[in-house]
Amino acid sequence: MSQIELAPPVAPDWQRWREGLFSGWANGLVTLATLAAILWLALPFVRWAVIDAVWTGTAADCAGETAGACWAFVGAKFRFMLFAFFPPHLQWRPALVLALIATLLTLSALPRFWSYRLVPISLLALVGIWMLMAGASGLEPVSTNHWGGLPITLTVSIAGLAFAFPLALSLALARQSDMGIVRCLAIAFIEVLRGVPMIAVLYVAMLIVPMALPSGAAIDKLLRAQIGVTLFFSAYLAEVIRAGLQVIPPGQMEAALSLGFSRIQMLRLVVLPQALTAVIPAIVNLSIGIVLNTSLLAVIGIHDLLNAAKTSATDPIWLGFYSEAYIFAALTYFAICFTGSRYSLWLERKLKASDRH
Amino acid sequence: MVLPMTRQLQPGPSGPGPVSRLRTWIGPQPLQQFALFFGVLLLFVFLGQNTAESMHRMGLTPGFAFLSHQANFEIGESVLSYSAGDSYARALGAGIANTVKVAVVGCLLATVLGVALGIARLSGNLLLASFVHGYVELLRNTPLLLQLFLWSAIIHALPPPRGAYTFLGSVYLSNRGVFLPSLSVDGLPASVWLPAVLLTVFAALVISRRLLAGATFYLPKTAGTVLGALAIFYFALVSLGFSASVEVPAKGGFNIRGGLSLTPEFAALLIGLVVNASASISEIVRSGIQSVKSGQWEAARALGLKPAQIMRLVVLPQALRVITPLMISSFLDLTKNSSLAVAIGYPDLVSVANTTANTTGQALEAIIIIGTVYLTISLAVSAVMNLYNRRVVLRGEGKR
Repeated sequence: MSQIELAPPVAPDWQRWREGLFSGWANGLVTLATLAAILWLALPFVRWAVIDAVWTGTAADCAGETAGACWAFVGAKFRFMLFAFFPPHLQWRPALVLALIATLLTLSALPRFWSYRLVPISLLALVGIWMLMAGASGLEPVSTNHWGGLPITLTVSIAGLAFAFPLALSLALARQSDMGIVRCLAIAFIEVLRGVPMIAVLYVAMLIVPMALPSGAAIDKLLRAQIGVTLFFSAYLAEVIRAGLQVIPPGQMEAALSLGFSRIQMLRLVVLPQALTAVIPAIVNLSIGIVLNTSLLAVIGIHDLLNAAKTSATDPIWLGFYSEAYIFAALTYFAICFTGSRYSLWLERKLKASDRH
Repeated sequence: MVLPMTRQLQPGPSGPGPVSRLRTWIGPQPLQQFALFFGVLLLFVFLGQNTAESMHRMGLTPGFAFLSHQANFEIGESVLSYSAGDSYARALGAGIANTVKVAVVGCLLATVLGVALGIARLSGNLLLASFVHGYVELLRNTPLLLQLFLWSAIIHALPPPRGAYTFLGSVYLSNRGVFLPSLSVDGLPASVWLPAVLLTVFAALVISRRLLAGATFYLPKTAGTVLGALAIFYFALVSLGFSASVEVPAKGGFNIRGGLSLTPEFAALLIGLVVNASASISEIVRSGIQSVKSGQWEAARALGLKPAQIMRLVVLPQALRVITPLMISSFLDLTKNSSLAVAIGYPDLVSVANTTANTTGQALEAIIIIGTVYLTISLAVSAVMNLYNRRVVLRGEGKR
């Protein structure tokens, strides 16, 4: 008698397919009906996007008698959709910013690099991004009105998350605390921001904040939008972190206090490491939500990726290729967010696995 | 026997008084807490004073007096009758009605589509399940605003009414909007008979629930009761001298006439919101049903229950406990997301309030109105949900 545990036999692929598609007459019928529906939906799209499409050429080639998509438009407007109104001769700067962000995200995605050192590194990177975009120390200055495209979408998201985090942490702790007034203020902040649509928060940032500042003072439009995004997401992030705090059994805190830890030490060494690790996948999912929701900046006239795509179709030479522009933007968003959500799933499995040991 | 005696003999209040209760509520460091509270209060007073000053500089008077002034803009469509020249209050009311309309219809359709997709995802069929999976991933990883822009672009790129796409000779898709067959009762406006029908359905549901004593998920009997009630309602209408008829839209000249017509903006918003929410709802339904442990299925099968009975009597009652709160929060999301209407030209509350702010300059008041309406909806729904949760959780704990 062998003591070795045998893995359950895995059926070969073709068998799983046959089982999944034609296990009985009803299942077979469902397969055929689904196939018919997919073809009915996809064929016109494939005709438009592939068969009748114009892949290269000028606007004149697209203006002809074709009923298909004009991908030549995406080729011609590629730079604009990525960087919007950033001066073309300086476009190496937003390109470098994208590279910087990609490096930063890759680094912080790997659990092996997780440490408190990531915080100063991210802050440094944000300063670097700002210097590259705005043009500090000898670079030609570029006003934030000319910033745009994918760098805006990503920078606003990352800065939003970075600045929302400390705020959300304090809000979550305040909501859990035994101090009544502090708790009430935190609850009011969180529930008000979660109860209104994001667009209302952005309107406040755009229309009310300039009026509420003392006369003479002014805050840049993009910065105001950034503050709005940050405050809005800090409320959601606070609830995510609170869920993590609730996972910690009270015995842990009592044990830490009885060992003579101060309350700050207890939070930093016992509570937060466990609570935050438990909600990292949820934080990643929320970050995807931030990236998707920065598209609302388009409504208040900031040229993020979506607005850049929309504006590119108002070029008098290439007029009205909205569908192509939106599909390009959709693919870009999808690439970013799908990677993020797969990563979150992978992370969840990994954290669960390490939890068992 | 001794304890109550000693308690009665003790002087003073038996429980903590209001002062000590307040002190427990405030907790440690009351002075610092009051300082924080007054700091926040001062900040708001400071910002408010600045705002009032700025408004005076712009020649505006803070306050809601402008609501009774004449609004000189048109609203594309509205459930509430409104025309340029009516008051701002009425314009905003029309906006609220439009928001409610798209939210209610959207939630209903998203539930139907989402539940169907969730079940499709769970069906053993590999092709159908992967197709739905792809649909969900595509919708969840692209911004809703982009989806709305795309739907709007697609609807505006449809052929004019003359060459409109037709399905079954009764549904028309054109760049002037979507046309559907409609039900009408001759001699009665829809605002009278539609609520009556809804009331009938609701009454039938309540009665069937009472009669079947808690067996909520017995679909055939419930459906039978509802259909029966509707039949009685129909015969009552006919015997009172009204006649109901189905009106099918038809091409006539340069436009399509008759039936129910949806404007391109409403159609784009509704389709966008429904398709987007259906992706989340299908995931909620799937995870809710999968949250029921496989042991429950096996035990039910061992007891000799049929698959339909297992679903109705064992799985759904447990899954619904997980599904309901998530479903309601996705209804709230849909309602809040309907504010994106402003970007594609459907006159919802945010869009009308935005126009109001632009024409009167009273941006602060307009935003306060938006915030109040959405907050009222959100807080009311979450209050009801907390009540429901407490009931369901308590009931569940009690049975275990």
